[in-house]
Amino acid sequence: MSDDNPYGKDPTGTFFNRVQSFEIGDYPNTELVHFPKSCLHCEEPPCVPVCPTGASYKREEDGIVLVDYDKCIGCKYCSWACPYGARELDEHQKVMKKCTLCVDRIYDEALPEAERKPACVLACPTNARLFGDVHDSESEVSVTIRESGGYQLMPEWGTQPANHYLPRRKTKIKIHEDELIRADNPLKKEGLKPKTVVDEATLDDVTSW
Amino acid sequence: MHPALSVIFLTTLIGAGQGLFLALFTAQSYAAVDFVTIQNPQQFYAYGSGIALLLLIGGLLASFFHLGHPERAWRSVARWRTSWLSREVIALPAFMFFVFVYGVMHYFGWDPLVIKTEHPLQGQLSLYIGIIGTVLCFALFICTAMIYACLKFLQEWHSPLTVINYTLLGTASGFTLATAYSAMMAPELVTLFGTWATIITLTALVSRTASLLRNARIKHKSSLQTAIGVRHTNIQQKAMGLMGGSFNTREFFHGAKMGLFKSMKWIFLVLVFLVPVVLLATGMRSASIDILITAFVAQYLGLLAERWFFFAQAKHPQNLYYQTI
Ligand code: SF4
Ligand code: SF4
Repeated sequence: MSDDNPYGKDPTGTFFNRVQSFEIGDYPNTELVHFPKSCLHCEEPPCVPVCPTGASYKREEDGIVLVDYDKCIGCKYCSWACPYGARELDEHQKVMKKCTLCVDRIYDEALPEAERKPACVLACPTNARLFGDVHDSESEVSVTIRESGGYQLMPEWGTQPANHYLPRRKTKIKIHEDELIRADNPLKKEGLKPKTVVDEATLDDVTSW
Repeated sequence: MHPALSVIFLTTLIGAGQGLFLALFTAQSYAAVDFVTIQNPQQFYAYGSGIALLLLIGGLLASFFHLGHPERAWRSVARWRTSWLSREVIALPAFMFFVFVYGVMHYFGWDPLVIKTEHPLQGQLSLYIGIIGTVLCFALFICTAMIYACLKFLQEWHSPLTVINYTLLGTASGFTLATAYSAMMAPELVTLFGTWATIITLTALVSRTASLLRNARIKHKSSLQTAIGVRHTNIQQKAMGLMGGSFNTREFFHGAKMGLFKSMKWIFLVLVFLVPVVLLATGMRSASIDILITAFVAQYLGLLAERWFFFAQAKHPQNLYYQTI
């Protein structure tokens, strides 16, 4: 993985995952969305069939899309064929690189089971990332995609990304106008209270128990 | 997209080489039915094939500069079932081989009759080698163009016009070259080649203009909304996650000023179409080698500009993610 001038003037390098920021809305009603972007391990990956050498492939057993660095000739054609720009050519090794879904971690039996997940999933301090089998409809990721409206990026190209994004979650309370004035507050004189009648007979006077 | 010089030279050089071979074979077919008589056919075909082969070799060499690992290039024949690039890698050497055989046969005058026909020129082996060469030549045009035309989200390229343009523009430059070449080697063919060069150039003008018009009104399917999956009319990128540039910012943006980009279109329209057509007409009338060579040089330079524009004009959807540093 190239990492040139990390502290210099023009830092550049190869990334698996980039976090971008987008501002949505018109001032003052704006919000900032942070958007991590990596290979989405498409179910119909357009990057795979175009590769002339077969260096790009999709694994039968788990659907992970990988590049065989020993076969890649660095023709960059697969990067043209990925609409998401998820592939980056390593400027020094001259081969195509992209997110591997930490394929070496997730099957590493030397790791405790809970840690057999991609590094980004483990690193995320707010647990914003989930990892699992999207083909198992009862897995945590499938349930979340189903129940929380997970969606795919650029659905118009039919790439069927396995990675889904979840809609932003917001905490909202609805306040109606009349709730802003507490009509039932006995201590504050906000509304007119009924006057106490002094010279008329009370209920106690007119009834005999 | 960023126009890579290696690919610009690859596609234009092999296009001219392919066109020149088609021109030679056209002359041979015409001779076989007595439409033309060539004084010195052996030399004419042999040297012509030599020039075509040189152009093809030039293109092949240029293509190696595009690769990160040229020493592994042989691996790229593996996926011909799915990849147009792989198919091109097969079609190009196959075509070169037949151009080579075609040239060598003529050079040594080794041209046995394989079929008994009334006309001696109709049964020669070189004619059938030429037919195979022609089929491979068109296959190569299709493979080269389909590399670009098959990428459906590069909407500027995803059209049959891409294939038509690559074929017509390559053939046009080859025929223009053949006109200049015949002025030196076989003056009796200048009018034949010159007329075809003009016709093909004008046909290419129609198809290239059609693609320019198509691309001018193209509606891109992807937007920032679909790219990040948020439905709001006002989305602005505030950070792309890097500051010093990356593969994504270098490979997919042409990086030229808008003025240069726009003028490139007019430069190529003038150089590829207007100048050669005028020069071909004057060159044919005066049989001037210099004018005809200028016509080819102008058209070739124009094609370099055309290819640059072809790449620069295509907008890759990934660019949506790289709008602001
Ligand atoms: S995100 Fe791009 S690189 Fe990854 S599988 Fe899909 S098309 Fe291929
Ligand atoms: S850059 Fe490598 S992985 Fe990509 S298409 Fe070329 S050979 Fe295949």
